[in-house]
Amino acid sequence: MSEQWQPRIVAFFCNWCTYTAADLAGVSRLKYAANTRVIRLMCSGRVDPQFILDALAKGADAVLIGGCHPFDCHYAEGNYKCLRRFQLLKRMLKDMGIEEQRVRLEWISAAEGEKVKRVINEMTETIRALGPLGIPQKFAAWDQEMEAFAAHVEAGEALKTPCSAHAPQQEPAHV
Amino acid sequence: MSKPKVAFYWCASCGGCEETVVDLAEDILGVVEKVDIVLWPVAMDFKYKDIEAMPDKSITATFLNGAIRMTEQEEMARLLRRKSVYLIAYGSCAHLGGIPGLANQFPREQILKFNYEDAPTIPKGEQTRPLTAFTEEGRTTTLPALHNVVRTLDQVVDVDYYVPGCPPTPKITRAAVDALLSGKLPPKGSVIAPDHALCDECSRKDTKPDKWDFVEFKRPHQKLMDEKCFLAQGVVCMGPATRAGCDAVCTEGGMPCTGCFGPTSRVRDQGAKILSSLCSNLAAKEEDEIEATLAGIPDPVGTFYRYGLAKSILRRKINLPAKS
Repeated sequence: MSEQWQPRIVAFFCNWCTYTAADLAGVSRLKYAANTRVIRLMCSGRVDPQFILDALAKGADAVLIGGCHPFDCHYAEGNYKCLRRFQLLKRMLKDMGIEEQRVRLEWISAAEGEKVKRVINEMTETIRALGPLGIPQKFAAWDQEMEAFAAHVEAGEALKTPCSAHAPQQEPAHV
Repeated sequence: MSKPKVAFYWCASCGGCEETVVDLAEDILGVVEKVDIVLWPVAMDFKYKDIEAMPDKSITATFLNGAIRMTEQEEMARLLRRKSVYLIAYGSCAHLGGIPGLANQFPREQILKFNYEDAPTIPKGEQTRPLTAFTEEGRTTTLPALHNVVRTLDQVVDVDYYVPGCPPTPKITRAAVDALLSGKLPPKGSVIAPDHALCDECSRKDTKPDKWDFVEFKRPHQKLMDEKCFLAQGVVCMGPATRAGCDAVCTEGGMPCTGCFGPTSRVRDQGAKILSSLCSNLAAKEEDEIEATLAGIPDPVGTFYRYGLAKSILRRKINLPAKS
């Protein structure tokens, strides 16, 4: 891809641990890759799998989820809910052709500013190596097969010529 | 005053939706009395060129069932859109992609190769692929071409209303027809069915526990199921993530919901939502225990998007070629 391409990572951080850790990284003046857009949620248990799919479908190259360590959730159970959803979603995303590294879950406590830096840097490099996911471009490429027909039918020419006259060429009959 | 004109058309579908129209039984006579049917390929002999000759917007309503998968279907969808005041996506395939939408997990080439060459029912040496055009003695016959992507009707043309279901029940169909004939139409883009979850009208609702704590999942054929809520028995039921309106015919009949009515208006992606709901209610807390419980759902895409893959957020397996 072009030299300008930079990984775009959407991060969902929980208010009580990981977002606070990101704050700590900030006030500690830790430098890390600027490829991550952080969205603060009250809990990693609030991460609806729809958010992850939506982020990817709208052009994110990867999604990072940060929550409290096991036994540490502010709401007792939220991080476990997140973990269980994550495990099945990861399997489903694999079936849908999305590389496993593109969705990552990390437990980062409020004291672990250093870990925020490490995880974001690591993930940025992993995604840079993988290349763009580019789902919006894929949607556009898939839908190119429809464009010819739109013009044809809107011009009122449908059915005057057989479909195949403007259909993509198909393979030979005998194999 | 002339009667309103109505068309029925089918695309990538099994014919079950056509059955439902017939299942209106004697009510169909009431409908036929009030409308002129101008196109209904399954039952009546009209030609496409008759439709082509009609002025734009001269059909009051077209009920189109089936997903859009071939060039001919796409042409007819566009043509009927132009000729109709209201275009209604009728049934799961037109609404969500339906069962044909599951083909969005495979490249077109693989589908053609298997079905026309590799399937065990095709004798060796007789493998033939359909051609889009064939000329013999100066005459050319044609066939439509297969698209790479299976689409819902609203991914091809503008849709006014949706009638959900695989197939829509006679009750739902009657409600849609009545709304049309009486002019009491909901806002454009509505799904003509109740906007709450199936569990609400399921007779097994009283046995739905307050807390789940799933320890295993079973598929219907792996278990002797009783009268209780399917989820309480560890059987995946799409009820919580599926729109009501079918009178819970499947759960009444002893089978869990598979999700054909699609999600309610508040949910964008039915599969992601049921995944979220089931997983959050697992008992396990350790990764390997969670994995063991989730092993009971071997095919999440086929289970959670049985009817909705084409309409899901990702639409299709992402690494498939646009053209093959």
